[in-house]
Amino acid sequence: MPDNATIGELLARQGISRRALLKYATYLASIMALPPAASVAMADALAKSHRQSVIWLSFQECTGCTESLTRSFSPNLEDIIFNLISLDYHETLQAASGEAAEAARLSAMKANKGKYVVVVDGSVSTLDGGIYSTNAGKTNLQVLKETAEDALAIISVGTCAAFGGIPHARPNPTGAVAVSDIITNKPIINISGCPPIPEAIAGTIAYLVTLGKIPELDHLGRPKSFFGESIHDRCYRRPFYDKGLFAKSFDDEGARNGWCLYEVGCKGPVTYNACATVKWNGGVSFPIQSGHGCLGCSEPNFWDKGGFYKPLPASTGENGTIVAGALVAGAAVGAASAALSRSRKNAAKEKQP
Amino acid sequence: MTLLDFARGPALSFAYAVFVFGVAWRLVSLLLLPRNKELSQAKPGAPSVFSAAVLGFVRHLWPQKAYLRGTLFATLNGYVFHLGLAIIVFGLAQHILVFQSLFGINWPNLPSSLISVAAVVTLASLVVALVRRLTSPVLRLISTGNDYIAWFVTTLPVITGLLAVSHLGAPYETLLAIHILSIALLLIVFPFGKLMHAFLVFLTRTGTGIFYARRGAEI
Ligand code: SF4
Repeated sequence: MPDNATIGELLARQGISRRALLKYATYLASIMALPPAASVAMADALAKSHRQSVIWLSFQECTGCTESLTRSFSPNLEDIIFNLISLDYHETLQAASGEAAEAARLSAMKANKGKYVVVVDGSVSTLDGGIYSTNAGKTNLQVLKETAEDALAIISVGTCAAFGGIPHARPNPTGAVAVSDIITNKPIINISGCPPIPEAIAGTIAYLVTLGKIPELDHLGRPKSFFGESIHDRCYRRPFYDKGLFAKSFDDEGARNGWCLYEVGCKGPVTYNACATVKWNGGVSFPIQSGHGCLGCSEPNFWDKGGFYKPLPASTGENGTIVAGALVAGAAVGAASAALSRSRKNAAKEKQP
Repeated sequence: MTLLDFARGPALSFAYAVFVFGVAWRLVSLLLLPRNKELSQAKPGAPSVFSAAVLGFVRHLWPQKAYLRGTLFATLNGYVFHLGLAIIVFGLAQHILVFQSLFGINWPNLPSSLISVAAVVTLASLVVALVRRLTSPVLRLISTGNDYIAWFVTTLPVITGLLAVSHLGAPYETLLAIHILSIALLLIVFPFGKLMHAFLVFLTRTGTGIFYARRGAEI
């Protein structure tokens, strides 16, 4: 969709006023904890800039991340994010298919060499040369390397792209890895979550387009503005945790009273994401508010952490056999040492005149 | 694998195994040790072995009057941190979850604020016990590395636990991991040092009770 119009002109053409853009920029700036003045600058920059060329690659994924973005808070504002970017390639959303689709990717890469952003959702299969996930005759691995080559930056959307996610879970039959395991020479922003919060995707893209730089990232490469605090630190059930009031099952008195879900396996204390503040479906609710503990879906290996309903302090190992073995071994060594001292004693007795 | 994954997984499994192995080893070897035959005649009117054992244990719960002056403080302080530890270990919801995951049983938890108070008091009491050990000339002389290790591995989980519940100093996942690792250390050291008294106290005090009751000696 080559179009030289600025974002402002494009929005005006669609009847989206500067006021709506400002509202959107204010919203994004506030959820990204930017200073209030930034929203005006952001709106102005947005209006003046050209749309960012984005190539969206879908690998081993469930399309939940795209669903999350397209089911963004309000239809009007959701449109805006698609006006900020020129989505030059997206298997699910583009009209083109087959050869034409591949041609669109290649031409966008050529036209915006060094300037396009690659968004990846899904993990990359590496086993046996990556043959377990292919598209248009190429493995995901090939397409990723080829597309990342001249990219400005990469945004790994969703836990699969960011950390390997569910395909990476044991026993990982396809040798799935994160994008950052393959591409090491480009800036990578991880927007983890299964799926990620749409505002986190939109906000990060908007930040990149307007300010032209990578937002501040945490040690796992996630924007601090969305992943800087744990769910637990911002959870409205926290006062119950602090008092020691816990739901023991999903239908007990504690659950009905809205007490803390730690005992039924909530991973909020070790999960960093904005669910407790930005929430879902336009700020309606989030899992803990709906009565279920946090699964920890924005953290690496969340699928292999011993079970969603296993509380955090519980051991994740299968201790039964190992402990039984230790018991038998300990008792055997004890019996042997007692027998040894018994035989020593007898020998000493025999020696006595 | 994160530090927390390591702590909750391999570290805890290893610690449980070492603990069970060590305790089984020490208890079985002690109980099967050849015992000297009791050659003395029981004093007429001596209590039965069972009541002698119970009496011996109960009698030792409090020092004899003659020794009370010198030992009152140490005894009271000992009770404070032992009870404190019991309240923390068996009263905190997070700890009950560990027992539930191991043995499938649970019980109602105490309010977290009460546990925090108990933990602070316990910590203070443990510090007092160490200060006393270091300042009393006699105690210092008879203390070995074993005593200091026992103190260290007991106190460490109290400190790390307090930090974990108050989310102080580091992210919760790091604090929780460090706390679990400190418990793992306690479990690993437990059977091989002075901490084994938690089991052996029942053998020694009842044994002493039986021995002296048979001879009609007051203890
Ligand atoms: S429900 Fe989960 S996140 Fe909320 S306070 Fe309890 S443990 Fe923390």
